[in-house]
Amino acid sequence: MSQPVMVSGTILAPSSTMATRWQYLDNVRRNSGPFTDPDVFDASEAAATNMEQINVFGAGGLGCEILKNLALSGFKKIHVIDMDTIDVSNLNRQFLFRQSDVGESKAEVAAKFVEKRVKGVSITPHNCKIQDKDEDFYMQFTLVICGLDSIEARRWINSTLVDLVDMNNPDSFKPLIDGGTEGFKGQSRVIYPTMTSCIECQLDMHAPRAAVPLCTLATIPRQPEHCIEWAHIMAWEQEKPFPKLDNDDPEHITWLYKKALARAAEFNITGVTYSLTQGVVKNIIPAIASTNAIIAASCCNEAFKIATNANPALGGEENYMMYSGNDSIYTYTFKHEKKDDCPVCGNMAKNLDVDPNLTLQEFIESLAARPEAQLKKPSIRAEGRTLYMQSPESLRLQTAPNLEKKVGDLVGNGDEIGVTDPSLGRVDFKFRLKFTSEFVKAETNGHAK
Amino acid sequence: MLKIWSMKQKQQQDANADAAAGTRKKKVTAAQLRVQKDLSELALPSTMKTEFPDPDDILYFNLTIEPDEGMYKGGRFHFTFAISQNFPHEAPKVKCTQKIYHPNIDLEGNVCLNILREDWKPVLNLNAIIVGLQFLFLEPNASDPLNKEAAEDLRSNREGFKRNVRSSMGGGTVKNQTFERVLK
Repeated sequence: MSQPVMVSGTILAPSSTMATRWQYLDNVRRNSGPFTDPDVFDASEAAATNMEQINVFGAGGLGCEILKNLALSGFKKIHVIDMDTIDVSNLNRQFLFRQSDVGESKAEVAAKFVEKRVKGVSITPHNCKIQDKDEDFYMQFTLVICGLDSIEARRWINSTLVDLVDMNNPDSFKPLIDGGTEGFKGQSRVIYPTMTSCIECQLDMHAPRAAVPLCTLATIPRQPEHCIEWAHIMAWEQEKPFPKLDNDDPEHITWLYKKALARAAEFNITGVTYSLTQGVVKNIIPAIASTNAIIAASCCNEAFKIATNANPALGGEENYMMYSGNDSIYTYTFKHEKKDDCPVCGNMAKNLDVDPNLTLQEFIESLAARPEAQLKKPSIRAEGRTLYMQSPESLRLQTAPNLEKKVGDLVGNGDEIGVTDPSLGRVDFKFRLKFTSEFVKAETNGHAK
Repeated sequence: MLKIWSMKQKQQQDANADAAAGTRKKKVTAAQLRVQKDLSELALPSTMKTEFPDPDDILYFNLTIEPDEGMYKGGRFHFTFAISQNFPHEAPKVKCTQKIYHPNIDLEGNVCLNILREDWKPVLNLNAIIVGLQFLFLEPNASDPLNKEAAEDLRSNREGFKRNVRSSMGGGTVKNQTFERVLK
């Protein structure tokens, strides 16, 4: 890489007016092609100026690319959420940030940069976790694009968008576009919540993080990573130098680094460094700027097509594009099937009419008789509340007093319950309770909740 | 977008599914539903008991094992289970709350059981872990040592190891380490 790289290309003269600025984009958007679906294609000026409100998660490696691409594809109203602040190590690929921005909020700096660079786009930054926002917040978007680095955050937004879908309200339906990269590999996928395979259905596409047996860490470490993991899992727990490990606190990482270094010396292992310690503890995956660019570009093109109907997009028949640059280039686009037993989208809560004045015992007996349930030994829980568990014995005894309580005392109208039964095998049920009559609270001699 | 929605409506009609009820209320999370399912399928033998400090929080519970055979017969061993919202994609965190003499459990209560770490898979369930824990007491294993000295004792001198187990279970001292009394 020490020799200069030649980049050639034609640079068009910059256009001075707003009208010509989007001319090339409009050619694509306003002229229907052989693949354009005539039922939904709208070439009008109104459709062009009304590009939808879009939400981007993450303003990191992928997020920077996505924001830039969206702004340059004519999207006008964008929100971006990222809880992170800018670190020196981000600057090699997260090109919206400069040295002077280190320590600032990624979302805020990225929004400001793109707004300044691309006239007419409005980007609203949110410097918080995606989980801090509620359903009302997510209702305002038409499309969601994720450039996230964690599976947990992806699962959260996925189940939130699936839950949002309300058949009485077309606006509750929000396609989710998800990009992810790891070294030379990456994927883009489009999810139509409740309609097509969701992130939870596709969880087995993520290779689990390789773990080393605890006894290897404890007795025969062979690699610098083993020493760091030992310091992270065992030495920290034993010595508790600080009340809670904060991966972003340099003092904490330094403590782990010194512990790991001492242990490595004991076993004649070399290679423990501060940055490796940080990498192992924070599970940092090597990011390559160009892979981010490829994946972000494909995500944004799908967003453009979904928003404009200019061409068919990923999502319906095929919904997953994998890209691997590990061995030359290989890409494959396929349909990931929806799973019937997916705990998020395969198992939507069904409505269940129930009289809140029944006791829990009577309700459970009625479940056995209902054609839609036919359960012999159902165990029932609501969110944060165990109503009745048939097993294990200690839990059965603890929850048995609930059997005499009224359903209305235990749950509210519209609450969801999870019902499991060993006779069901892999399937379990979720029901949304609909009270068929007014709940009459028991007199003072009744059970207090 | 309109097109997708009309496809959605058609799918809904085909499935003859219910429309969502207006207001949104509390939902059951996937992790909780899975734990509920695992618990309701649990078939515990008389040597094992669970205890839930808060029955409404099924993601946190204690397990007591009282082996009725093997070298640890007559002991009562306590473990805590802490399950995250990422279950079953992440294994539960299991710890022994007592200081015991065991080749696969260290003095801090960390447990070396393959399915708790490197071999965990979402298809495994709580029952598999509980059976695995019980097995550690029936067949302590010197080749995956977490307490190196105990493993060395087991490997080199099985009778001596047995004596050490007995005296540690009674609250005695083995090689300058005093253990907790765990006899019933």
